[in-house]
Amino acid sequence: MADPTRPLSPHLTVYRPQVTSVLSITHRATGVFLAFAAVLFTYWLVSAAYGPEAFGRAQALLESWFGRLVLFGFTFSLFYHLLNGIRHLGWDVLWGFEMPTLRATGVLVVIASLAMTVTSWLMAYGHVGKL
Amino acid sequence: MVNTPQQQRELRSKLGRVRGLGSTREGVHHWWAQRMSTVALIPLSLWFVYSLITLTGSDYEHVRAWAEHFGNAVLLVLLIVTMFHHAQLGLQVVIEDYAHSEVWKMGLLLFVKYGAVLFAASAIFAVLKLSLAG
Repeated sequence: MADPTRPLSPHLTVYRPQVTSVLSITHRATGVFLAFAAVLFTYWLVSAAYGPEAFGRAQALLESWFGRLVLFGFTFSLFYHLLNGIRHLGWDVLWGFEMPTLRATGVLVVIASLAMTVTSWLMAYGHVGKL
Repeated sequence: MVNTPQQQRELRSKLGRVRGLGSTREGVHHWWAQRMSTVALIPLSLWFVYSLITLTGSDYEHVRAWAEHFGNAVLLVLLIVTMFHHAQLGLQVVIEDYAHSEVWKMGLLLFVKYGAVLFAASAIFAVLKLSLAG
């Protein structure tokens, strides 16, 4: 049995935050957050299967300001996790390990995921003519 | 066979080394499954976001008609299966990294693994009910 008093891996607190480490932990955080999105998505589908009344309650919840805030967070998390996931796939085939490339792709992922999030929401509001 | 000092220090059997599955006895299976689901989720999640954009402001009948469509129903089922598989693989790694007590670790793993199956089954059944009932 391991000695419980010794520091256990991963001991993140001993390191100074860097672009690479912050993006890495954000990938995890968005992944965990998206698991809750999957649960909400299931609730939405099941409410639709139950019928118009249950679906109306689900829609009212999602359309509230808090619902929209959560959905906006889910949208950003999805695009960030997706784009950074592609970055991970690049590393799996040994592409992009050099420090300058690593930083450049990291910044690109953040900018692109923000842009895709805002574009999606503009498209959605445009779709219902509220733009 | 003569036991050299080198062989005495090697606790793994030769069969174990040849199989290359390591101490967790599953080799690269988890890693590979995570990557395979990642590749599938790229087009599936982009399709899903686009679908939700076009469904914005829709009433019940419209959403139902969307889910009834054969292609949409198939893609929804594929998305649900791949998404929950990917989610439980990822959450497993997070739990294994941060839950240091065995009781917590096993409890959380059971919760996540069974939960993923429960939610995936519910979501798939909902899609089938929406698409077949009409």
